[in-house]
Amino acid sequence: MNFWENPIGFIGEAIADLMRSLHIGPEVINFVITLLSVVVVASFGLLLVIFLIWLERKVAARFQDRIGPNRAGPYGLLQTFADMVKLITKEDSIPEKADKLSFNIAPILSVVAVLLIWAVVPFAPAWIGTDLNVGVLYIAAVGSFGILSILMAGWSSNNKYALLGAFRAVAQLISYEVPMLITLLVPVLLARSMGMNDMVRDQSTWFIVLAPLAGIIFLVSSIAEIGRTPFDLIEAESEIVAGYHTEYTGMKFGLFFAAEFLHAFTVGVLFALLFLGGWRGPGAEQYQLLGVFYLMAKASIGYFIVMWVRSTLPRIRIDHMLALNWKFLTPASLAILIITAILEKAYGETSARIPALLIGNLAVVLVSWLVLRAASRKTKRERVTFKKRPVAKPA
Amino acid sequence: MIDRWLFIGIFVSIAAVFPLLPIVLARFLAPHNPNTIKLETYECGMETVGPTWVQFKIQYYIYALVFLIFDIETVFLFPWAVAFDAIPLFAVFEGVLFILILVGGLLYAWRKGALEWS
Repeated sequence: MNFWENPIGFIGEAIADLMRSLHIGPEVINFVITLLSVVVVASFGLLLVIFLIWLERKVAARFQDRIGPNRAGPYGLLQTFADMVKLITKEDSIPEKADKLSFNIAPILSVVAVLLIWAVVPFAPAWIGTDLNVGVLYIAAVGSFGILSILMAGWSSNNKYALLGAFRAVAQLISYEVPMLITLLVPVLLARSMGMNDMVRDQSTWFIVLAPLAGIIFLVSSIAEIGRTPFDLIEAESEIVAGYHTEYTGMKFGLFFAAEFLHAFTVGVLFALLFLGGWRGPGAEQYQLLGVFYLMAKASIGYFIVMWVRSTLPRIRIDHMLALNWKFLTPASLAILIITAILEKAYGETSARIPALLIGNLAVVLVSWLVLRAASRKTKRERVTFKKRPVAKPA
Repeated sequence: MIDRWLFIGIFVSIAAVFPLLPIVLARFLAPHNPNTIKLETYECGMETVGPTWVQFKIQYYIYALVFLIFDIETVFLFPWAVAFDAIPLFAVFEGVLFILILVGGLLYAWRKGALEWS
């Protein structure tokens, strides 16, 4: 095995050889190798956060015509380390009336929930934590832990603002899970597999071409799932202080923060894997590091869109947010699933697959646009009216 | 197959250790001098009135119920999507029918006003 083709596999083989020469049993070797790969994947995710926080602050600053962090280290790269030191040395206060156990577990669970997704992410053809044959279902299941952690944090704080934030989280995150799950079904249907690596291998044409609408709905519902602007009602600072993490201080607050940033990038990674062809690119099959590069480059596309939307749109009202989900995204995603299923069965094996699916998507877009236009004509906007008041007129 | 799930099992414990480290570190490095006022519930400086853990707005519960139906139904659709090559045309329409029943449920909830935030 060439080192440059697969550095991690090379080192792993070397370690396994070393242990074999020490007459260690194959089960133990297997366990140690698994343990090492777990540490590599998990620490990759956490090291990424440090960089992501800096990146997001820089990009957000550019959107607002600022420079962003530029004091600590070159280009402000060490800013996050400075923040980390600050957060660790801050006092950790637990409110007297709080439910201590779940108050302390919640921030840890929020990070675990996001990190667990990385266990099935194929970074490169041979680099995947574990290639579960139910990968997509696993991602959907693990994603729900995040909601649980928010609910635990809000409920256990025994604070009215925090509790309100947790309630909103239940309504919002749970609702947006529905279109997300349904749009996850579309790539599964196109690839005929739930394994993440199988899915990437099947994308000789990227699924964003075959199912553009599903990709867009997935991205929108994912933004809601992370709780970012315009869907940041769960931590709306102008209404409910900080939402579910109002009572958290020091590093425990920092963990919620880190989990949110990592989740935002994870959404980009999932979008890249499911719709943009993951690690696919010239030379990726041979040189694993190239695959990682392609995946990260594609993931940045989704991540950049998330940041862009965040700095462009204002927060929307809770009833509008829920209506958008239940009355638009859910029916639209169900329609796209039905259309994709029928067209895929009819044209799946023929050369007409791409145009047929594209036309199907276009038809759904057209119909939903017509329905929306009809609906907006029917509902009359309430106009705020003022009484006629005497106005000073020029003589 | 067991190996793959062993990975997840180890991952859960390692992933829990990583965020635990800074918290433990903070316990040694951070100051710790609580007092009664500091540990009170934060409410922008006002004293909190009444209990917090009260009955919540029923609307949240209804959304959770509607979600539950959809969530369970979509999980049933995953095997259908995976076995798409193996199933005959009538089974595809069977699946579509299943989704349409789901749509019927959504329309019912809609007409009943379960999706209105009031």
